[in-house]
Amino acid sequence: MIPLVSIVTFLPGLAGLALLLIPRRADRVLRPAALAVAIVTFLLSLPLYARFDAELIGYQFEEHVPWMPTLGVGYHVGVDGISLLLVLLTTFLMPLALASAWSSIEDRVKEFVATMLILETGMLGVFVSLDLFLFYVFWEAMLIPMYFVIGVWGGPNRIYAAVKFVLYTMVGSLLMLVAILALYYQYGAATGRYTFDLPTLSQYVMPPGRAQDLMFLAFALAFAIKVPLFPFHTWLPDAHVEAPTAGSVILAGVLLKMGTYGFLRFCLPLFPDAALTFGPLVFTLAVIGVIYGAWVSTVQPDMKKLVAYSSVSHLGFVMLGIFTLNQQGLVGGLIQMVNHGLSTGALFLMVGMIYERRHSRLIADFGGLWQVIPAFSALFLVVTLSSLGLPGLNGFVGEFLILLGAFQRNPWMAALATTGIIFAAVYMLWMYQRVVFGEVTRDANRRLTDLTAREWAVLVPVLALIVWIGVYPASFTGKAETTVEALISQVQSKTGASR
Amino acid sequence: MDAIVFPPVLLGPLLPTLVVLIAGALVLALDLVPKALPREVAPMIALAGMVVALLATLARWSTPARAFRDMVVLDNFALFFNVIICYAGALIVLLSMDYLRRTGTESGEYWALVLFSTAGMMLMAAAGDLVVVFLALELMSLSLYVLAGLFKRELASGEAAMKYFLLGAFASSFLLYGIALVYGATGTTNLDRIAAALALRPRDPVFAIGLGLLMVGFGFKISSVPFHMWVPDVYQGAPTSVTALIATGSKAGAFAALIRVLMVTLRGVPPDWAALLWAMAAVTMTVGNVVALAQSNLKRMLAYSSIAHVGYMLVGLVAGGVSGAGSVLFYLLTYTFTTAGAFGVITLCERARGEAVEVADYAGLARRHPVLAAALGLFLLSLVGIPPLAGFVGKFYVFGAAVRAGYVWLAVIGVLNSAAAAYYYLRIIVDMYMREPEGAATTYASSFAGGLALAIALLAIVLLGVMPAPFVDLAQAAVAPLLR
Repeated sequence: MIPLVSIVTFLPGLAGLALLLIPRRADRVLRPAALAVAIVTFLLSLPLYARFDAELIGYQFEEHVPWMPTLGVGYHVGVDGISLLLVLLTTFLMPLALASAWSSIEDRVKEFVATMLILETGMLGVFVSLDLFLFYVFWEAMLIPMYFVIGVWGGPNRIYAAVKFVLYTMVGSLLMLVAILALYYQYGAATGRYTFDLPTLSQYVMPPGRAQDLMFLAFALAFAIKVPLFPFHTWLPDAHVEAPTAGSVILAGVLLKMGTYGFLRFCLPLFPDAALTFGPLVFTLAVIGVIYGAWVSTVQPDMKKLVAYSSVSHLGFVMLGIFTLNQQGLVGGLIQMVNHGLSTGALFLMVGMIYERRHSRLIADFGGLWQVIPAFSALFLVVTLSSLGLPGLNGFVGEFLILLGAFQRNPWMAALATTGIIFAAVYMLWMYQRVVFGEVTRDANRRLTDLTAREWAVLVPVLALIVWIGVYPASFTGKAETTVEALISQVQSKTGASR
Repeated sequence: MDAIVFPPVLLGPLLPTLVVLIAGALVLALDLVPKALPREVAPMIALAGMVVALLATLARWSTPARAFRDMVVLDNFALFFNVIICYAGALIVLLSMDYLRRTGTESGEYWALVLFSTAGMMLMAAAGDLVVVFLALELMSLSLYVLAGLFKRELASGEAAMKYFLLGAFASSFLLYGIALVYGATGTTNLDRIAAALALRPRDPVFAIGLGLLMVGFGFKISSVPFHMWVPDVYQGAPTSVTALIATGSKAGAFAALIRVLMVTLRGVPPDWAALLWAMAAVTMTVGNVVALAQSNLKRMLAYSSIAHVGYMLVGLVAGGVSGAGSVLFYLLTYTFTTAGAFGVITLCERARGEAVEVADYAGLARRHPVLAAALGLFLLSLVGIPPLAGFVGKFYVFGAAVRAGYVWLAVIGVLNSAAAAYYYLRIIVDMYMREPEGAATTYASSFAGGLALAIALLAIVLLGVMPAPFVDLAQAAVAPLLR
């Protein structure tokens, strides 16, 4: 059997390392080569989607090789309905991110494309790992390329943002390491078998109590920082604003999903009692994040910062969906993860395009763009509407399902969260209006050029998916429903068994 | 009075140490012949001595032997440390070759002293008797005191040597008092017989005081807080190649003796000592990291970082048992390659006024010398503990042993320290990759030997990071006999 998951995971990173060997005089091949690698990775990941059997419970395309047998560490990878969508999202966004950096990254191109490709391997590894040790290796290793992307190719305040990003993430993930070790030894003491294998550990019904609560909190902190859940979000605006466009796209599109993915993959099945105990807390923080993110977005003068804070709000929705612990909420949360990756990724791409032309992201510097660059403005409108959840586009599907799930759990919280959608309309449309409508107030804006062929090529695939998910979400949610059902029944049977 | 009976002389168990000693004597003898030989000969002999000692060590693997009435014990524990020390010694020899020539301090006695101190370290690892521990420690230390003052024209080097010598002598006397008290309490200096005597009287106060004094002596040599005061000045002032030796080999030797003394003598004693080690570990890693945050001199920063790493290793010692002590051995292995590599990069960088030792001197290194910057970057990331590099696996095992033994909060202190440490390591990477150089440029010496040393160290940290399992198993197998 072809180890498809491993090939998809390691191809970009190995190719990235190989690109480092290209001599400086052959610089011209770097961008096309890196883009080709990313596209091939995407094409290779398509069979995962096509051949994934949505009816089956459990992992598919599994590969299991002993790595450190005495320790119980294995190289165990595979995908289920949850990780499948995120793997596809990653492989889909990476070529777009690389293409968006075609002309905006001029300095140290070789290092840039290599770092991005290594980053892709790190992210894919996080999503496909089914062994806690392996997962942790990817989780930590992935920090470093992102650190370089922000710190080397970022904006004026990039060093501060990069260091803040790494330190925030590291505090959380190192505590998670202790929790992983504690889980390992607790499972080993209880069963006599020491292993980091996730499917095996997931079978274990841990007694509820302080140990489980602490382990949950350690995992949850690592993931909450990554999501970011209010009040752990303060690294995000800095990182997003300073990162180059390609970095922002990946950061918003994929990295934040690693946090929500972690909740789904680890916190719920491993520590279900604690997840129920702390559920209301997470629920509340999520709703605060939804509203707070929306409010702060409204007053941002900088478009990129606005989009960054809107991520806090959108990811709050995802967390809300996950902690409803019911079918609609979880499926909604999952599809919203994909939606956010597409919409916010597209928003960052478009803000980046306009920044390349004007070297400004301030809303006040624009106005009347429709008269100058109508094609850009039209596409920007679609993306804006997708982000605020217009029915018929992707954002609506996820938010609707999440709210449906949330109403069953706590109608008041759900009602509060709904206001987040209203505020989303406020800040997105108000921003759109100030940038695109009205009279052209700045002379510099009169000379703007409309979308180039390369930019069309970057945007059209995203827009196609935005419409596709909006019109026919079942082609994506369908892959995940069985997995989500199994997850819910696992949580229920475990909490039922221990109570 | 009984006639004095000489024990049979078995040199086999001393073989690796003897090889190094003979190489040292050879270098000294050749140095007497003026201008007779090309100057590459001495370092080549030194390197050959390390390599042959390494081969001798590997050849004796799993054939434990004792000699001189159990004063020297060449078991797998000693052999594991011999491997670490031989690698450290060989890397330092490689790094020193061009470094000494550039700084104009090349001399025969340098190589002899490096060899003698290495022999001392190896003997410490094989010491089965407190007297041998002391002798080996002095052999190592006296050589290092001289080496630290090798830059005779630099005030800092002289200060380093003086400080190292005075405080070191002080620590040695503590150690000696400790040995005397332990002898008084148990009637022997042999570790096994001390353990047997303690089994009868586990809570002997005289022994406790003696062991406490021993801990002061060892604490000085491994540079744990509060016995770390000499570390920053000596690391900063000593020639960088010597600093690398002090930071790797001498630490390994001291840890070897400490682990053997603690594990052998205390194996039948209630674990009261864990509380003391717990506090030492927590304070050492916290002080090391917090003070390192404020340093702008790279050597000084690495000095404090080395203190912090001692703290992590003490965590493994607190955890105890095969997994705890084994994790310390593995940690030392990873730490030796990483630290030797990091100091090795410094030996290759210089400025007009001397060595490039300020963190700011490394600004823009990635543009001027991408390979060197990548190497230092990887060493630093390994020190941070980023997978899949060796430093991560080392930390993983140490903290894993702590969690396993129930010291979860110590592990939590450890990981929070690691996160804080990331800040100052990343600061160097920030300078190398994200800033442009200011003022006069730093130049880079091209050195084949130095490059070879860095390549070996890099290969080792990647290999130990990706395939740690066999080495961890060896480390754990090496400590297992001590507990029996």
